[in-house]
Amino acid sequence: MDLSVINPALLLASLMVASTPILLAALGELMVERAGVLNLGVEGMMITGAICGFVIAVNTGSPGLGFLAATLGGSALSLIFAVLTQVALANQVASGLALTLFGLGLSSLMGQGYVGVKPPATPEVNFGPLGDIPFFGAVFFSHDLVVYLGLALTAAIWVMLKYTRAGLILRGVGENHDAAHALGYKVVRVRIAAIAFGGACAGLGGAYISLVRVPQWTDGMTAGTGWIALALVVFASWKAGRVLLGAWLFGGVTVLQLNLQAAGVAIPVEYLNMSPYLITILVLVIMSADRTRAPGSLGRIFHASD
Amino acid sequence: MLTLEKRAQPSRQWSTLSPLLAVVLTMIAGGAMFALLGENPVEAIRTIFWDPLFGEFAFYYRPQLLIKAAPLILIAIGLAIGFRAGIWNIGAEGQYIIGALTGAGVGLAFFPTESAVIFPMMVIAGAVGGWAWAMIPGVLKVRFGTNEILVSLMLVYVAEQVLAKMAFGLLRNPDGSGFPGSRNLQQYPSAHNGELIAGTGMHWGVVAALIAVIFSYIVMTRHLLGYQIRLTGEAPKAARFAGVNPSRITLLVLGISGALAGLAGLFEVSGPSGQVSIDFNVGYGFTAIIVAFLGRLNAVGILLAGLLMALTYIGGEMAQLNLSLPAAAIQMFQGMLLFFLLAVDLFTNYRLRWKRAEAAA
Amino acid sequence: MKNLKTFITAAAVAVGLAANCAAADTTKVGFIYVGPIGDGGWTYEHDKGRLAIEEHFGDAVETVFQESVSEGADAERAITQMALQGADLIFTTSFGYMDPTINVAAKFPDVKFEHATGYKTADNVSNYSARFYEGRAVQGHIAGNMTESNIVGYIASYPIPEVIRGINSAYLHAKAVNPDVEFRIIWVYTWFDPQKEADAANALIDQGADIILQHTDSTAPQAAAQAAGDVVTFGQASDMAEYGPFPRVSSIIDNWAPYYIERTKAVIDGTWETVATWDGIDTGMVEIGEITDAVPAEVKAEALAMVEAMRAGEYHPFTGPITKQDGTPWLAEGEVADDGTLAGMDFYVEGLTGEIPN
Repeated sequence: MDLSVINPALLLASLMVASTPILLAALGELMVERAGVLNLGVEGMMITGAICGFVIAVNTGSPGLGFLAATLGGSALSLIFAVLTQVALANQVASGLALTLFGLGLSSLMGQGYVGVKPPATPEVNFGPLGDIPFFGAVFFSHDLVVYLGLALTAAIWVMLKYTRAGLILRGVGENHDAAHALGYKVVRVRIAAIAFGGACAGLGGAYISLVRVPQWTDGMTAGTGWIALALVVFASWKAGRVLLGAWLFGGVTVLQLNLQAAGVAIPVEYLNMSPYLITILVLVIMSADRTRAPGSLGRIFHASD
Repeated sequence: MLTLEKRAQPSRQWSTLSPLLAVVLTMIAGGAMFALLGENPVEAIRTIFWDPLFGEFAFYYRPQLLIKAAPLILIAIGLAIGFRAGIWNIGAEGQYIIGALTGAGVGLAFFPTESAVIFPMMVIAGAVGGWAWAMIPGVLKVRFGTNEILVSLMLVYVAEQVLAKMAFGLLRNPDGSGFPGSRNLQQYPSAHNGELIAGTGMHWGVVAALIAVIFSYIVMTRHLLGYQIRLTGEAPKAARFAGVNPSRITLLVLGISGALAGLAGLFEVSGPSGQVSIDFNVGYGFTAIIVAFLGRLNAVGILLAGLLMALTYIGGEMAQLNLSLPAAAIQMFQGMLLFFLLAVDLFTNYRLRWKRAEAAA
Repeated sequence: MKNLKTFITAAAVAVGLAANCAAADTTKVGFIYVGPIGDGGWTYEHDKGRLAIEEHFGDAVETVFQESVSEGADAERAITQMALQGADLIFTTSFGYMDPTINVAAKFPDVKFEHATGYKTADNVSNYSARFYEGRAVQGHIAGNMTESNIVGYIASYPIPEVIRGINSAYLHAKAVNPDVEFRIIWVYTWFDPQKEADAANALIDQGADIILQHTDSTAPQAAAQAAGDVVTFGQASDMAEYGPFPRVSSIIDNWAPYYIERTKAVIDGTWETVATWDGIDTGMVEIGEITDAVPAEVKAEALAMVEAMRAGEYHPFTGPITKQDGTPWLAEGEVADDGTLAGMDFYVEGLTGEIPN
């Protein structure tokens, strides 16, 4: 056992990449939950995004168009959920689960004929001399555009929720939809927009898996990432900055675990694998003492009864 | 323009009609999908809905429907009681796993002793395992006010890791040539939950599911406790006025749903499935949530919804086999069925009304 | 009670069998798959075997399959379903289907069953598996020769005999040509999670491995190696030729087609008998994918010679002297491992570091 074989710069660099899909999906779900909606269909939207992105990228040769298609695909699927829960007032938990089922089936059908195909490579951003800075160059300046998009989105959502009027409305709708409605805000419209945004983010995260992380198409390739993203939102106590932190932590546990094994450290894999979830529960308990808590209207059905 | 108006009382007519409407809509949409895939839609629909019940091999499929539906119904009954009280346990999958582990663990601990008390002890252990796992979100909610949806969901992932650990470690079959997975309980008569009457599919899990349906029907409609549970869910403040202790209700309903999920796990691992393996859980805990809603959270509805779900699984398998439909198409079809069932439920609680535009604005 | 049970089951089966006879002119062959046929690995290769049957026999044989069947109760139903619908021969292609296959076989004495990678047989149940460790020996030889950092990374799935055999075989042959070689092993605890496989490959590459062997089915490690630029990989389960000629320099291919065709023919001819098959390179069940020119010519020649020696039955990858990791001798000079020990292999050979987790 020799821990010096683990290079911290490379470890952090692969962590940046490993955390991107869950970061993107979780940011989307964060907005959805902040609007008071619990969409458990993240896994289904991610895998739909993964295949939409893959198909378009392969056929056009452009990863950029692929990512665009993934956002459209993810949000198109999420609109089914939006119609069910916002228009037909169906239960959100059941609708979300049904969405995952549907998305997994849909993606598998769409993906027939794309097994064993290699997608076009997504280029890394060239930062010139910045990439040569020792340590920081490898950690921060050696990635593709989507990694930075994830970081930028984190900042944008943080600002939006904290400082803008749109953020205030979104939070208001999520905290107390009746009050928001009484103030004249379009609760349903705000929520549909949030759901569509969540779908787009999940789709983007999914495409990052099929186009960059893996990159290939296989049935069920997201392998539970969407569920981790759901946990992450809770872990982050519905705050954008903490989502980023949590994504690094959740991704980091896996990357670190694999690195320790490679270095010859005997570790109980199962215990490490369950640790993020136990930590999340702990965070929930600690948060309950704090004033931060789940959005007040989370998961509740809204109907304007005039 | 069209607006929705809440009914003073849920429409009884619609609550029976809407599932039928949903099935019809699914047949149309699903049939269109099958046609797009180049299949004869009528034949596909017939294979899924008719053949398992009345086809050539119905003698085999009817019992299989019970076997497939039993765990779904058992879990959904427990969940529905919680949902009625406004307690959202979505971690039944985890409770199902833990119940199977504790139950199978007790049985395997006695191997190879034969005794009539072993199976009852396993049943108790399974229920206690599921109960204990559900008590974690319960106690945390009562003590710290944490959200039980999230805690129970997190515990599913933890339970899956525990399952992997057990399948490779403690419960691994010492005679299994180094492969993961426990001994097969089907080959250990004292621990085997076999068919009670051959050829019927009836095993103790099916019996337990039926008892749970009857029991929950009586408790929820005829008993004070059922009233208190419903009141807690519908009007928490009024419930407190009426002297109902919300913490007690929380722990009680989570305990019931956990114990039933644990039982479902135990009956499955000791019967149809036979062994603890890494892939033991196949999502019954999550599907049961859908079943609970399709059944409109009432006992008889859940019984029917569970059977319908089982039918789409088994009919879907037949469609794969006979028509070479991809498994993915069946998954989408099930997804559609759920979408429609969830959507049309709208008409149970609301009615559509024409209103003049200015009134709606 | 017990008698009644048997009677009713027998009656049910009789009805099923009567139905079987109706469509007896073509032979029906069924397949139960654990994953989707689009998984690009394990199930994908089995399905290629199914298609090979269709091509070989044409109209004389009809094939059916069911994909993504979970192990346990669902498997038993799926297998029964096939038997009821008149299948004459059913291949169940995952270890977890072993007990369900045996159970169903007992109810359908006239249907033949073939279970992959298990160890149980019955009057109408055969089992079959492949000696993938022969392919691992070839990989080990190439890896030992080509590594410059002397670090070989190994992505292992679950700690089961099949995987442990592969590690031992690869290590022995790498060490034979390069005494300084060191194996770094990561257990990912999954057969299929492309993201995790990518992470594992990156972790190994980051720690200096310039060869990656994988015992998981996705191409994620190939892509990671390609991105790194100077890392050698081998295809697993399928050829993964799209990553050749470099980083993928060779591969182990699961080729089930010859076996499937042979067994189907046996059923048609009425010569089917219970067998426990464990075939390797000799029958073509294990295939070595093209060794590309990225491999130095003499190494390639040696590797091909090894393949030929195994094909001819002249060379066994586990030939003594071999000592276990804990220092106890296993095989004496010239002694060849017996299949029983290989089938249940739960130890590392000398020189490998770390412990097998459990």
